[in-house]
Amino acid sequence: MNSVLYDAPGPRTRLITIIASIVAVPVLAYAAYRWIYVPLDQHHQFDGKIWAPIVNPGNQYFPMVWDRWQTGWLNTLKAAGLSIVASLIVGSLLALLRRQLLELRIFRMSPLKRLGLNSTRSATRTWVEVWRGTPVVTTLFFVFMVLPVWGIDFDDRLWFLVIGLTLYNSVVIGEILRSGMDGLPAGQREAAFAVGLRPWQTSWLVLYPQALRVMLPSLISQVVVILKDTSLGGLIISYEEALGVSKQMVEAFHSYNIDIGIPMYFSVGVMYIVVNYALSKLAQYLQKRLSKSGYKAVEPPVTALVSQAEASAA
Amino acid sequence: MEVFSDKLDVFWNGFLGTVQMCLLAAVGALILGALVAVLRISPIPPLRAVGTAYVTVFRNVPLTVVMFFAAFALPLLGSDASFLKIPGLRDVIKPLGTDLPYFRFATIALTLYTTAFVCEALRSGIGAVPLGQAEAARSLGLSFTQNLRHVVLPQAWKLAIVPLGSVIIAMVKNSALAAAFGVIVTLMGVVDELVSQQYYDAVPVFLGVAVGFLILTIPLGLLLDMVERSQKKVATR
Repeated sequence: MNSVLYDAPGPRTRLITIIASIVAVPVLAYAAYRWIYVPLDQHHQFDGKIWAPIVNPGNQYFPMVWDRWQTGWLNTLKAAGLSIVASLIVGSLLALLRRQLLELRIFRMSPLKRLGLNSTRSATRTWVEVWRGTPVVTTLFFVFMVLPVWGIDFDDRLWFLVIGLTLYNSVVIGEILRSGMDGLPAGQREAAFAVGLRPWQTSWLVLYPQALRVMLPSLISQVVVILKDTSLGGLIISYEEALGVSKQMVEAFHSYNIDIGIPMYFSVGVMYIVVNYALSKLAQYLQKRLSKSGYKAVEPPVTALVSQAEASAA
Repeated sequence: MEVFSDKLDVFWNGFLGTVQMCLLAAVGALILGALVAVLRISPIPPLRAVGTAYVTVFRNVPLTVVMFFAAFALPLLGSDASFLKIPGLRDVIKPLGTDLPYFRFATIALTLYTTAFVCEALRSGIGAVPLGQAEAARSLGLSFTQNLRHVVLPQAWKLAIVPLGSVIIAMVKNSALAAAFGVIVTLMGVVDELVSQQYYDAVPVFLGVAVGFLILTIPLGLLLDMVERSQKKVATR
């Protein structure tokens, strides 16, 4: 689309661009110096004392800081991995269940059975709407505070985080897969019925595998969301993941009168960018491989776009 | 359950705070997002690079980190974000005018974060306009700006409504995080006040807070479903 909107820049435009850049760079550099560097420097944010624990291997705190980060990132990956697997399984089951309830409508049945079917349908619908409409922060806090009261308690806070993230993300992934199945050409389902497959066989054997492929981009961006959302665990339920340990270290250094906040959060932010960027590059590579293997992607339905945009929770 | 009769005003204030923050951040993110989207499709390579860098950074960093930065770095830069104390607006949206800067900081963080997603939603809308439209406009001799203004954008914004709506819904949910950064007067702040400080039973409080969010998110979602369905109908006709 981009390249259609304008011509490749000619010599004159290129010259103007270069001159404008040459003018703009010093101006921006001065602005950054004046309004960012100077105030930060006045607050001693560039002192070696607060950066050394992170960048100088000779510093006495250096091994401790990186050791804590290692623990933190391992915990992040553990929580993210468990939540991703659990959300995919539960989400798939949810999507298949909702399809099954939809398909059963076509059969004739007694009024009582029909009532049961309809109430199950609205129950699953409500389940989806409630967990999808509530912020993960709220869900996580709820799980952490209320489950122990109800007698469900864990020694490891990891499980609260996994349950909280799974409640939200399984519902989102379920909806992604369901809209993927609904968006397939109607002939797929009809053909499956015509060869005598039962409704659940149609969903599981014919529609589900195709939906998985069509919705791969949305599923991957949801995976990135899960990874980012584990950072809520450190903030809300004091689980020791990457951001959580950084927060602990900032507080610990504070008691030595070293304000390490900016270097710490800056570094952990960079790490998040690297990890998530690598993850999305991997996703693009996977997609390319899928399209190379002769598989022609069905145009994803509009809902795919929506769930990709939805994939922006903290 | 007596918490509802006793503390209804707390819930109401929290709800109001969340609505106010979301309105401000939505307006801010839509404006900034449109600017970044223009940068990302502009013919000038350095501007494109700036737009791409912005989106890459803010898409891949958790909102928590952005909020930390707003809360820690802005005071160090000597700002308590008082430029948001806009006369007139601060009389309608009270938390903007207070001495404590946390509401303003959280609003700024939420705006900057959402901007990246608004930009992507707009770009997806532009990408969804059939290629022939822009090609036809070019062949008629329209310039880049004319092409965008008269041909591409009028079609793109319709296609972008649904993804934009989902971004806004996600933003409403993300605003819950502000409570962890000292913004008391939001829905999640209600939990802190009533459960952690006044020891009310957690379950009904959470129920109230969840209902508060669902009041905001579900109607928006249904509205988007309606828009989407009507667009599909137009498309198949």
